[in-house]
Amino acid sequence: MFFTLLKKLLRSAVVLLIVLFATFALMFGNGEGIARGILGLGANEQDIQNKMQQLGLDRPLLVQFWDWLTGVVTGDLGKSYFTGETVSSALQNRLPVTLSLVIPTVIIAVVISVFLGVAAAYYGGWLDRTVQTATGIGAAIPGFIVGVALVFAFAVAIPLFPATGYVPFTTSPAGWVASITLPVITLLIGSIAGLAAQVRGAVIDTQSRDFVRTLRARGVSEAAIVFRHVLRTASGPAITAVGLIVIGLLGGVVFAEQIFALPGIGQLLNLSAQSGDVEMVMGCVLVMTLILLIVNFAVDTANVLLNPKARIS
Amino acid sequence: MSATDTELPATAPAPRKKSRSMLGRLLRNPLGAICLAFLLLVMVCGVFAGLITSIDPNFSELLAVNARPFSPGHLLGADASGRDTFARLLYGTRATMTACAIVLVVSLVLGVTAGLVAGYYRGRVEAVMDFIADVIMSLPGIVMLIALYAVTGPNMNLAMTIFGVIIAPTYFRLVRAVVVSVRSELYVDAAKVVGLSDARILSRHILWAVRGPVTIHSAGILAAGIAIQAGVSFIGLGDPTVPSWGTVLGDAFANIYRNPTGVIWPALLISLSILALVLLGNALRDAMQAGGSTPRMSNKQKRRLAATADRAGIKEPVSTPAAPAAAAGRDDVILSIRGLRMGYPNPDGEVREVLHGIDLDVHRGEVHGLVGESGSGKSQIAFAILGILPREAVILGGSISLSHEDLLADQAAQRRARGRRIAYIPQEPMSNLDPSFTIGAQLIYGLRAVRKMTKREAHAHLIPLLERVGIRDAERVMKLYPHEISGGMAQRVLICGAVATDPEIIVADEPTTALDVTVQAEVLELLRELTRERGLALVLVTHNLGVVADLCETVSVMREGRVVELGDVHGLFENPQEDYTKNLLASSKRVEMLEY
Repeated sequence: MFFTLLKKLLRSAVVLLIVLFATFALMFGNGEGIARGILGLGANEQDIQNKMQQLGLDRPLLVQFWDWLTGVVTGDLGKSYFTGETVSSALQNRLPVTLSLVIPTVIIAVVISVFLGVAAAYYGGWLDRTVQTATGIGAAIPGFIVGVALVFAFAVAIPLFPATGYVPFTTSPAGWVASITLPVITLLIGSIAGLAAQVRGAVIDTQSRDFVRTLRARGVSEAAIVFRHVLRTASGPAITAVGLIVIGLLGGVVFAEQIFALPGIGQLLNLSAQSGDVEMVMGCVLVMTLILLIVNFAVDTANVLLNPKARIS
Repeated sequence: MSATDTELPATAPAPRKKSRSMLGRLLRNPLGAICLAFLLLVMVCGVFAGLITSIDPNFSELLAVNARPFSPGHLLGADASGRDTFARLLYGTRATMTACAIVLVVSLVLGVTAGLVAGYYRGRVEAVMDFIADVIMSLPGIVMLIALYAVTGPNMNLAMTIFGVIIAPTYFRLVRAVVVSVRSELYVDAAKVVGLSDARILSRHILWAVRGPVTIHSAGILAAGIAIQAGVSFIGLGDPTVPSWGTVLGDAFANIYRNPTGVIWPALLISLSILALVLLGNALRDAMQAGGSTPRMSNKQKRRLAATADRAGIKEPVSTPAAPAAAAGRDDVILSIRGLRMGYPNPDGEVREVLHGIDLDVHRGEVHGLVGESGSGKSQIAFAILGILPREAVILGGSISLSHEDLLADQAAQRRARGRRIAYIPQEPMSNLDPSFTIGAQLIYGLRAVRKMTKREAHAHLIPLLERVGIRDAERVMKLYPHEISGGMAQRVLICGAVATDPEIIVADEPTTALDVTVQAEVLELLRELTRERGLALVLVTHNLGVVADLCETVSVMREGRVVELGDVHGLFENPQEDYTKNLLASSKRVEMLEY
């Protein structure tokens, strides 16, 4: 069991490394362009060469990548070309904001999706059709439209929540809740739509399995069959779906942080990308992929714990 | 598996008369027609934007700053710089259309080609492509898209090309799955034999098969393209000089406190276009796969269906062979089925009857064989007795009485009897154990569901019983998971679970079919011993007349949802009355002769 997990972790680490290198190559492939971007249009050729040398952009790409990678281990991710702020401190300041959105969204989405998916699969009929239609629409409508609609309705038309800004939990728990409510709902719509449909499908699949019929024939109560047996087997595909939802969620976070002016990693990524601050962009990509790595590992662990068959192989 | 598919021709959609055009069928669906009309309107407005409005989308009219919607000259108002919202949205449609076209072409070309090649050649090519697709799909696509802006700058066409690459694996998976299933079809083989080249087979025959799923999927891809293009320009990564739906929304949103209604128009346009595409995709699926799956109905709908079927009247007098004279005088009937009729809804909402009025009596301690070919309805009777019919099943009439309690009419009685007085032995031993629980856990849980016992009492009760059904080292087996034991062992576990609650009657659905021949004999022997020891009645569903001769006292022969002959086993084997029984006996003898 331990080795199964270790193997999976190693595999995702390799994928992570490939992704990071590919991004790095794209970001730093054109060192001259970066130097030109920093110095502006007025710079002459000599200035650009000096700047490249100063920043180490004239070295081979693999050397630069290795340098960056060792920096990741020691916590030195370089400095913003424009503000001079170190990347690691910028990420540290902004990570709590992003996690304040991602973690509550995942928890609430899982609870609501399981509830909706099981109810739709179990009762069928109009409830099932309603859930199917709602998840279909919810999955189609982009998150930023939902965000704009929420601001329009609950911050402008009926000012219940602040439209922008972040209040740290340590400053004011109530303020924190108020500041993340609308962004979290924005992220929830798409997440629930995706996840509930998966849970529904997994439960329907499991319900038609032979052992469920045998359990029923044994006189096991319906509630016990659904909550003890069906949900346990359906949890495999559902947990895998959670992993996929989080991938989408990281994209959604960029939009949500932009709409609600939350100083998180997503907003940093967007601002850095617009200014061409590649060191900062690399740092954001690193954090996002690390979050994914952790989530994937959690997904694998949960699968192994819940499904005895996954422990071997 | 394929055998069962061919056995149920009635559930497969009847080959409909192929309508000449897809479009025709699509247009007959009102929702599909509306969506298509809306999208066409949007596109036409985009293409002919210059004819519809004379206002330059980038022209700032100072007097019109934040103009209200429906104000003169500005149908949808104007933004903070006095630019006309209607004109900007009209011209913005072009940006959306370009973006969608790029996303569609890039993802279609990459994904479909890769899917065709991987599905057709399989092997290493497929493995490599699959790995690439996996890596791309495990990326946070939007994050990468935004990160790349740092090097590409405002270049929407390049961004959409990248998004096309990111989304291409969805086509790849879809197409590969279709190709893998089509590849083995006869007409592809025929094409190979005729000597057509691989490229020709791929482009002609297989591409033809994937066009349906790909068309449906493309509607979703276009919707995603609209969303991404609008989203990226909404957060400021678009070209500010080119009007687009996303930039209009972004500008209006930045100005939401001064001009709140400004966000409504772009948001509506984006949402409606996406919704129209998604719904169009659904309509396309309906049009292409007409009469697909059976509807999942609620209990209320089923009752309504059953009622209408009843009102339609019993179609024909129920034909029942006279019960054997010997049985008529006995009053130790434990299970009595009268006039049982049930069926399944077909996609048209009508009920297809599969049991046409079954009468059956089972006596205390009797082993009653229920024989018939596949699809004759014998398993349906077994499930009906236990109240474990699939949820689509509709009971149309009749009764199933266990000691004078009607289990069909009284749900509570059904629940009280199930597992306690009537037990069940299934066909496939492995799939009938929950893979997530140990043998011990599920046996103990099942026992405690119907008998008041502590876990320890249940454990103590089960150990000797497991040994009785032939499991050595019962304590160890209790701790194993289903995938760790053999099929024969699993069947013994299931038999143990069935008899553990001390039932009066056991329904066994082909209990030996899935087992090895040597194990079959042992399990049959075990069943014989257990019924004798415990005075159990056994309803044995089987298609194997050898098993019937070996074990049963009474036999009911079933055909097409009816009991055609009923009698004690010796009489039936020596002197069958019905032609069908004679045929059945003769053919099984032939099979036996072939087997030896």
